[in-house]
Amino acid sequence: MAIVYQKTKGLQDTELHYCPGCHHGIAHKLIAEVMDEMGILDDAIGICPVGCSVFAYKYFNCDMQGAAHGRAPANASAIKRLLPDSPVFTYQGDGDLASIGVAEIVHAAMRGEKFTTFFINNGIYGMTGGQMAPTTLIGQKATTCPSGRTVEQAGRPIHMAEMLSTLEGVAYSTRVCLTDIPNIMKAKKAIRKAFEMQMAKKGFTFVEILSACPTNWGLSPIKSLDWIKNDMIPVYPLGDIKDIDKEVAKDA
Amino acid sequence: MAKELWKGNEAIGEAAVRAGCDGYFGYPITPQSEVPEYMSWRMPQVGRVFLQSESEVATINMLYGGGAAGKRVMTSSSSPGIALMQEGFSYMAISEVPCVVVNCMRGGPGLGTIQPGQSDYMQATRGGGNGDYYNVVLAPCNMQETVDFVQEAFDIADQYRNPVMVVVDGLIGQMMEPIEWHDVPKRDIPPKTWATTGKHGRDHTNVIQSLEIDPESCNATNGRLHQKFMEMKKNEVRFDAENCDDAEVVVVAYGTPARIVMSAMKELREEGVKVGLFRPITIWPYPTEQLRKLAGEDHVKNFLVVEMSEGQMVEDVDFAVQGQKPITFYGVSGGAIPTIEAIKEHVMALLKEAK
Repeated sequence: MAIVYQKTKGLQDTELHYCPGCHHGIAHKLIAEVMDEMGILDDAIGICPVGCSVFAYKYFNCDMQGAAHGRAPANASAIKRLLPDSPVFTYQGDGDLASIGVAEIVHAAMRGEKFTTFFINNGIYGMTGGQMAPTTLIGQKATTCPSGRTVEQAGRPIHMAEMLSTLEGVAYSTRVCLTDIPNIMKAKKAIRKAFEMQMAKKGFTFVEILSACPTNWGLSPIKSLDWIKNDMIPVYPLGDIKDIDKEVAKDA
Repeated sequence: MAKELWKGNEAIGEAAVRAGCDGYFGYPITPQSEVPEYMSWRMPQVGRVFLQSESEVATINMLYGGGAAGKRVMTSSSSPGIALMQEGFSYMAISEVPCVVVNCMRGGPGLGTIQPGQSDYMQATRGGGNGDYYNVVLAPCNMQETVDFVQEAFDIADQYRNPVMVVVDGLIGQMMEPIEWHDVPKRDIPPKTWATTGKHGRDHTNVIQSLEIDPESCNATNGRLHQKFMEMKKNEVRFDAENCDDAEVVVVAYGTPARIVMSAMKELREEGVKVGLFRPITIWPYPTEQLRKLAGEDHVKNFLVVEMSEGQMVEDVDFAVQGQKPITFYGVSGGAIPTIEAIKEHVMALLKEAK
């Protein structure tokens, strides 16, 4: 019988530790599938962060490094410079990338480092138990803003995909979500495009993935999907923010 | 081989190139900025990687990434920059990632001064970051030792899979001295089968990371690493003893102060004063046993520790001497440099006391 679907070779058999309804598992699967389908899995080096995906080194079936909090882009920059033909990616959450690691991600992007960053934005610190992140929405409750984030106290949410897109070293910056099949398919396309542009040495590539954290949002997995659609997406609009391929096509 | 006149910081860069450094990552800071300046053109010339980082925090994590990918990596910095890197040392120690870091020490604390200092001694010799670990710390006192040790440091780092520091001070970095590019001792380095290079057909993934969530496993890792640090202690101690066979006063000093002690010692010996110099060349592991043995010699009456700090090494000397003989400290810090006259006066005062 023909096999129509099977677990990707890009993931190991290790059981995932993620909470029910969390989107890390889907994001892992898509990245792993794309690497396998592109035939780059055997050459790839991934860097996982500090946060819920700190254990990602157990899941991806490629060589992995576990970076210090926020520093994955520094690791990745060095690896890519020293092994310029290897596919390299970082996988980082919003506390890791948008808070403690802002300098590293901005400068890697500025230098146009030819690796790909997958940025999991769930608007909260997951691993440490639901504290406010730079991406937390105004009014959203977290354990360090129990009455909800206010502009006076903590400013407004940071838009990493838009911010980074202003840097000329960035070839591709996009935002996707994983709330339903069409969006999952779009996310997979974006992941593939990012890897393809990396391998074509076009510049830094960035995929922001809006992701559910039912545990720390205090919502059911289903309600979490609604919250992404109704509350997150209006603040973090989906779609390509920068794609130098399209810009080239437009200019031509 | 002919001697060549080199500026300290540039020679440090060239030594790394000759040791097969694949990648240099660095951030400007006085008094070592000539190292990244030199490497910015020299590394590309030999087809290798130079990258100016956005901060010392990024730098040390670039070493972590590059070293974990199996490449020979290095940075240089000065005290405040080295302080920022401590997190990375800790990660590399538990993840067993080799790298070479040169600290061209200046006076502190804080921004302190850009003049030479030795007040990073505790930070360098006690690990510096969080957790149970050590770095091998080589402390040359002249340019020749500096270029030799920088080259050897890569082999030491690879042998133990651990960061190795070479500590010099602003004086060594900035001055020019004749050196000889001779062969340094080479070690047998096993192939880096552990490196995260991409699997390329390997039947398992290589992982370099520092998380040990299970206390039993973390304890076991620390125990295994401790054995390695004990191996370093056994194998890597280096020191120099000059005029110690009959010395009544033994001066303990490393780096630039040791050079000044040598000048003072020469003058004192000409006057018939029995003074010697015990110079730790590795400040971790410390030549504890050797110094302890010397302290037991009848002719030794006194120890004088000379440093460009407020006495950070005294603790190690004290531990070695174990109360066998009195220890006196003479030091200047914050960028000041000990003088020959002051060292001579301290030695003479100790001799008078002993009589």
